[in-house]
Amino acid sequence: MIRLGPLILRNVLRNRRRTVLTLASTAVSLALLALLTALYQGFFFSEPDSPSEARRLICRHRVSLTQPLPASHLQRIKAVPGVDEVSAWSWFQGVYKEPKDFFARFAVDSDVIFDIRKDWQIPADQLRDFKRQRTACAIGEKIARDYGIKVGDRVVIVGDIYPVTLELTTVGIFTHPVNAECLVFHREYLSELLPAGSSQRDSVGTYMILASTPQEVPRISRAVDAMFENSPYPTRTESEKEFGRSFLAFLGNIKLFLAAICGAVTFTILLVSANTVAMAVRERTREMAILRTLGYTPSEILQLVVGESVVISVVGGLAGLGIGTLLAKALQAGAGAFGFTAIKWQAAVIVLGMAALIGLLAALAPAMIASRKNVVESLRFTG
Amino acid sequence: MGVPITYNVRNLIERKGTTLMTAVGIGLTVAVLVTALALTAGLKSVFAGSGDPRQVLVLRKGVNAELTSTVSNDSYQIIRRLPGIAVAASGEPMVSPEGLTVVNLPSVDSPEGMNVTVRGLLPIGLSMRTLTIEQGKTFEPGMRQVIVGNSVARRYPDARIGKHVRFGRGSWEVVGVFRVGDSAANSEIWVDLNQLRGDFEQEGGSSSLLVRTEGDEAAARLKKAISDDQRLGSGVIGEKEYYAGMTSSGAPLEALGFFVAAVMSVGSAFAATNTMYAAVVRRAGEIGTLRALGFGRWTILRSFMLESICLALIGGVLGVLIALPVNGLTTGVGSFVTFSEVAFKFRVGPDAVLWGLLFAVVIGALGGFLPAWSASKKGIVAAMRDL
Repeated sequence: MIRLGPLILRNVLRNRRRTVLTLASTAVSLALLALLTALYQGFFFSEPDSPSEARRLICRHRVSLTQPLPASHLQRIKAVPGVDEVSAWSWFQGVYKEPKDFFARFAVDSDVIFDIRKDWQIPADQLRDFKRQRTACAIGEKIARDYGIKVGDRVVIVGDIYPVTLELTTVGIFTHPVNAECLVFHREYLSELLPAGSSQRDSVGTYMILASTPQEVPRISRAVDAMFENSPYPTRTESEKEFGRSFLAFLGNIKLFLAAICGAVTFTILLVSANTVAMAVRERTREMAILRTLGYTPSEILQLVVGESVVISVVGGLAGLGIGTLLAKALQAGAGAFGFTAIKWQAAVIVLGMAALIGLLAALAPAMIASRKNVVESLRFTG
Repeated sequence: MGVPITYNVRNLIERKGTTLMTAVGIGLTVAVLVTALALTAGLKSVFAGSGDPRQVLVLRKGVNAELTSTVSNDSYQIIRRLPGIAVAASGEPMVSPEGLTVVNLPSVDSPEGMNVTVRGLLPIGLSMRTLTIEQGKTFEPGMRQVIVGNSVARRYPDARIGKHVRFGRGSWEVVGVFRVGDSAANSEIWVDLNQLRGDFEQEGGSSSLLVRTEGDEAAARLKKAISDDQRLGSGVIGEKEYYAGMTSSGAPLEALGFFVAAVMSVGSAFAATNTMYAAVVRRAGEIGTLRALGFGRWTILRSFMLESICLALIGGVLGVLIALPVNGLTTGVGSFVTFSEVAFKFRVGPDAVLWGLLFAVVIGALGGFLPAWSASKKGIVAAMRDL
């Protein structure tokens, strides 16, 4: 095989136009495969984005996220061994200026929320103001940038789930890892605005829990759910990652869709590569017969053809990863949604492996035929 | 005079293997596009089949979803006495207070659970829909019973007849399966509003009011009357309009499909170029002969372009055939307006087929241009010498 290396390389470079076209075709398709694999990985196998995320859990009503939990759950959850901190984490929704000006808004326990979301970085003086002022809010830096909100600015949010209007003052702007864009404000302020006797006053949307270590997370999840099992407000407690993943169901049967598309893409590349090899082998019928007369064995002819195909595929795979990385950057800048980050090494390995496999499979049939051809007949072949 | 198209078709048949491999590649690309279009068409038809043009929905002012809306009992009492509202056979005004909540149940597609809308209604609400009970019976007022839409019955194993669904203050027995045309209602669970109120301490209030008007003019007047009355704090939207706004739920999947089809089309076009270049090289002698016979450069260019487009069209037809089996398949997507799932069937309609074929033609034209150009540039003598 090593001895055949130079000859394989020459063959690759011989019909440059064809090689370039095949490369371009496989590279684009493999770039797509890389992106889809990365998407799949991001959806279903992503690691926590920060050490504190691995320690966090979300507790919601078992029936659905739209059902509130009583505020009294907080103290009981906090008493569960292994729980460091608990905060309310109530989805407020509402409208800021226009309905299209949308970002997440949560009512939280202001004293502890920044201890739980350790991945949020906020200047110490801003944090102190946030804890102190009843109508204070803190916002993610991207929201601040997108809507031109500065520290000291008023933010008015008209409620829909909650029939109140929040008049907040921005006291802090925090930075954070991906997908943590939101506004947080005091839960007590929301309760005060609600009319006396409203059932929403003493309820909380979900709770955010910080476990003392990531290892405690599964145990706490079971302990909390067992504690409220027979209460009128049973809970479902899961890690923050699992909680995020539950929203994937909104996209439909995404696993099946991605698998079907990946299958279609892979098969297309296989066809393109097989076509190229078939064309090359056909053109070189005579030449291969001459190689046989020079003493090359059928197995060496086979290796020549397969080698050429695999080289083109793998180079296509490398180029595809390059294109895929660029596309991923563009997608991230454009949408940045759905926890999609970048093409990680696992996806790269899968794509290169697939490329090599495709090269091998595509060449197999034409290479077998070429290596077994009758020498004399092939010499007579005129194309 | 042009080179007869049979010449191109015969050439494609002559190189069966290459033609087929290239065509199937284009076909898979077209299939992805057609499937994405079928998804959107299916979802659109569900929402287009939802709602009655004579009916309007009353929500809390500034709220655009039933789930987050509330309408007080006082407002209900005022609104049901407004003029312009159709009257049922019983003499009752056709105003249906409805309460909404959401339950999370495991579905066939997502065993971890997906949200389903639960709608509480009174008998008047049932009478305002073209309801058919497909199995079992309807719920009895005062009983903890539910009926489920046929999509829910199919997609949620825990919501079939005889099973119990848990929400509110306990469990509810599933006693029937209903269908309302091909509407989004088939993705809902329906219960007696008074029972639901008891569980959620709503004391007479509701999420929304569905109102049947006497006609367009009456609807416009009613809309103004309700919006202008400060006591009510309510807004009005046409029921049709409300559902039409939800079609965007399928946007992420559709975008994914379009993106994939677009990228795949680039790869397929390169593959077509490759195949056509091989054809041009192999037929250099023929091209020379054609030129010597008096066919001009433009004719040669057109002939090879046509051949490439024919090749791609074979792919287009294959692609439509590949995509055809998804027609009628049921799937579901979540809507962030209802915060629950709506089920729909893929619809491979004439539109999707035409777009798919057109897409194939574009791929063929783009992929065939360079080879056709190089064929038309060949000098007669040089081309003949290649024989």
